[in-house]
Amino acid sequence: MANVSIRKVVKAYEGDVQAVKGIDLEIIDHEFVVLVGPSGCGKSTTLRMIAGLEEITAGEIWIGGDVVNDVPPRDRDIAMVFQNYALYPHMSVFDNMAFGLKLRKFPKEEIKRRVDEAATMLDIQMLLDRKPKALSGGQRQRVAMGRAVVRNPKVFLFDEPLSNLDAKLRVQMRTEIKKLHQLVPTTTVYVTHDQIEAMTLADRVVVMNHGVIEQVGAPQELYHHPATRFVAGFIGSPAMNFLPCQVIDDGGLKVQLADGTKMAIPAARVDRYGPYKGKKMTLGIRPEHMTETHDSEKPGVQIMNAKVDVVEPMGMETLVHHFVDGVAACSRIDPNVQTGPGEILPLAIDMNNMHLIEDATNRVV
Amino acid sequence: MSASATAGNLPRPKSKVGSMEQQRRMALWGSYIALTIFVIIFLVPPFYMIVTSLKTSAEISAQAGNPWIVKNPTFDNYWELMTNAAFQRYFINSVWVTAVTVTLSMTIAILAAFSLSRMGFKGSQVLSTGVFLTYLVPPSLLFIPLFQILGWLGLINSTWALVLLFPTLAVPFCTWIMIGYFSSIPKELDEAALIDGASYPQILVQIFIPVAMPGIIAATIFAFTVAWGAFLYPLAYLYSADQATLTVGIVRELIKGDVFAWGMIMAACAMAAAPPIIIYTFLMDYYIAGLTAGATKG
Amino acid sequence: MADGSTMVVGAAPATSPAPRQGSSMKQLARRRSMAALVLCAPLILLIVCLKIYPTFYAVFLSMLDRRMNNFVGFDNFAFMLSRPSFQLVIFQSVLFAVTAVILKAFLGFVLAHLMHNIRGRHERVWRGLLLVPWVIPLSLSTLTWWWLFDPSYSAFNWTLGMMGFDEIPFLGTVWNARFSVIAVNVWFGAPFFMIMYLAALKSVPEQLYEAASIDGATAVQRLFFITIPMMRNIILITVLYSLIVTFADFDIVRILTNGGPQDGTHLFATYAFVVGIQSGNIPRGATVSLFMFPILAALAFFVLRDVMKRNKEMA
Repeated sequence: MANVSIRKVVKAYEGDVQAVKGIDLEIIDHEFVVLVGPSGCGKSTTLRMIAGLEEITAGEIWIGGDVVNDVPPRDRDIAMVFQNYALYPHMSVFDNMAFGLKLRKFPKEEIKRRVDEAATMLDIQMLLDRKPKALSGGQRQRVAMGRAVVRNPKVFLFDEPLSNLDAKLRVQMRTEIKKLHQLVPTTTVYVTHDQIEAMTLADRVVVMNHGVIEQVGAPQELYHHPATRFVAGFIGSPAMNFLPCQVIDDGGLKVQLADGTKMAIPAARVDRYGPYKGKKMTLGIRPEHMTETHDSEKPGVQIMNAKVDVVEPMGMETLVHHFVDGVAACSRIDPNVQTGPGEILPLAIDMNNMHLIEDATNRVV
Repeated sequence: MSASATAGNLPRPKSKVGSMEQQRRMALWGSYIALTIFVIIFLVPPFYMIVTSLKTSAEISAQAGNPWIVKNPTFDNYWELMTNAAFQRYFINSVWVTAVTVTLSMTIAILAAFSLSRMGFKGSQVLSTGVFLTYLVPPSLLFIPLFQILGWLGLINSTWALVLLFPTLAVPFCTWIMIGYFSSIPKELDEAALIDGASYPQILVQIFIPVAMPGIIAATIFAFTVAWGAFLYPLAYLYSADQATLTVGIVRELIKGDVFAWGMIMAACAMAAAPPIIIYTFLMDYYIAGLTAGATKG
Repeated sequence: MADGSTMVVGAAPATSPAPRQGSSMKQLARRRSMAALVLCAPLILLIVCLKIYPTFYAVFLSMLDRRMNNFVGFDNFAFMLSRPSFQLVIFQSVLFAVTAVILKAFLGFVLAHLMHNIRGRHERVWRGLLLVPWVIPLSLSTLTWWWLFDPSYSAFNWTLGMMGFDEIPFLGTVWNARFSVIAVNVWFGAPFFMIMYLAALKSVPEQLYEAASIDGATAVQRLFFITIPMMRNIILITVLYSLIVTFADFDIVRILTNGGPQDGTHLFATYAFVVGIQSGNIPRGATVSLFMFPILAALAFFVLRDVMKRNKEMA
């Protein structure tokens, strides 16, 4: 059984700086959990505490039914893939992968078997005799993963493994990591600052900010139902648009933007947003829900006019950056729509996917 | 690598050590204690040098009690030396030989290093490596033939001999250090200067020397150390007391089999060791940079 | 071309300014080479006249007789090898160099690790204190050691006496003198090794140790599998360099024992000095010095090979 339990864990440095401010997380066996957040949010620190590379100031971490606070890394039965690969430069690829097994006195045949199996899985069999400096970044990363795989540990830990790769390679390796998890479903804790990696790889995503967990949930859950403003703005690229508004009753519950535009709230949400009548809130709407207008719109879609600032043709779609009464926003529109800077573009806002954020608490209500 | 993950693993003993924090703290304290012991051992001779220098001859010869402490400290030894004409002579000789050596050495080294690292011509790599190699030829190999050569030049028993020879001790390594530092200056800097209209001499003086100043200081300190502390060459080639440098002067002249002058001898040593120590205290980082430059920069 | 214009590919231009440009570029390059050589000239002159030429001259000298009139070939070498006192010199030099360097390297390694353990807290202070032996001019510190070893006034012997042990004649017997000389050399040279090894230790990325920890390595295993292999180059270069320098050492033996007692501590350098300068037999002195050459050359060859390998790797 290889579940990981983080209970009320705090990490404080000298001078009372708290990198991790008391977090709780239960990771079940075989789960792929991604810790995601901006620099300094505490995700790497948390990972390193699970690994035993950082002291736990308060709280407990359990791996597979044992408290591991005082257990050194070598006895925790974990494996880690580092951002900089941390391959032993003076050893061949084979020796790099075999190192952990050699230390544990595995018999030679068993070591060879495991290394060959892992190398084949990761498509690096032809590299076994080479030294790390003769490998490309992607190959090194695979060797690092191979080193982790041969150990057959309880938990895999990944510390931003794709950050040092170029964009194309990153996409490729992302897929490989997902395939690997399907083949070898070890419990995995993966740290990244890239929310796309988080969304594509995770069974559950843990969004962290300033040392606390903002929200935990499946990727789709976080995407469609963010709990806080931070999560709403962090997940999804381009980021969600935040427009200051006021909830009014003008023959039905509506939100009024600063420039006077009124947009009706769909019937399904009226009960939920009713209590906020008259309040100043923030409207959150994703760029993919602010599209070009059509001849006929679905129910719930409202029209708004935007002043175009910059147009970015992406091929598959066009990103239009515009201003809504001084507030910058972004829309994803059909690439065939022609528009240019300075023009007024009518946008169809799919209010079925709106979010309303309480400014004081930054909660999504 | 099946889902039954634990099947193929050998059993592992439970961890025997205490908390990791405790382990780390013990290692830290152990290191401090060990280092303290070593510092004491390393500093015993300089300490004793100073202690002895503050003793009178009477106290030394009396040998009553603990020789590690001074019963009646006195600066007499120092005064005597500072007013002793011979000792002054040694000091002045050392100073001017060192000064000239350092100037000469650094000039030669900087010019050569600039040429070898930047104005790459055919064979510059061979020459650089060759320069480093000659550093490995020790004075104890050369001092006999040099004796003959100096004889032809009529420089036996003259400090000019040292001025001629000391650069050979310093220049190879100083050049090596400077090549390392100059090479680390990005070529873009030269190119920007060339576009700005600078000539090569101007680039050397106005860009390279200021940017490589840490290396220059390190190399200068090295040249100073080598020249100030040199012993074999002065011992072999200087005979009369008025030509001797400090190292030879103290060892050869002050030791006349008279045991009781040890206080003065130690005082002389202390004063002769003072300049390198003072430089070291203020410029320690450059000192060390000079040491490590050779090996880490290849 | 896509926009309809045409371009003739490969046709030679009607006039050819190229050759003239080429020659002026070559002129410029030659001028630069000249300038570069001029800048190197003092260095080359110095090395050739005062290092290379004397080396060859030493070989020539060693083949002359005492009066330096007649050529006697290798007679001097044969003579030296037959003398028991010179055989002792060979033995003593090798013993001194090898023992001292091994001790220095080991001590330097240990010190570097201790320094690395305390990690930045007051590191400069500790480093400063531990480097002092290296900073004091060797001849002066050797004098102090002589005073510490003095047969009648030794402070060490006083301390030993206080603790109830017998006095030790540090420089009185042959083997004591040998170990004393080695001890002084180790005291002087260990700081150098410490500094070099500390720099090397710091250059090993911390993450390698973390990866090894997770892989299951204990501290000792990390030392042998990570630290030492990563430091292999620097260990090699410092040991080779130190062998060369220690082998050719002069100051310590000259001042402490002047080769005694009974010629038991003579090194090539000190023996050459006694034979060549003091006794005035220049050719024999040159012979003694030259005995160092094969060993130095072999060591220098290994140093050179390592340096060239490193240059190639960096290039």
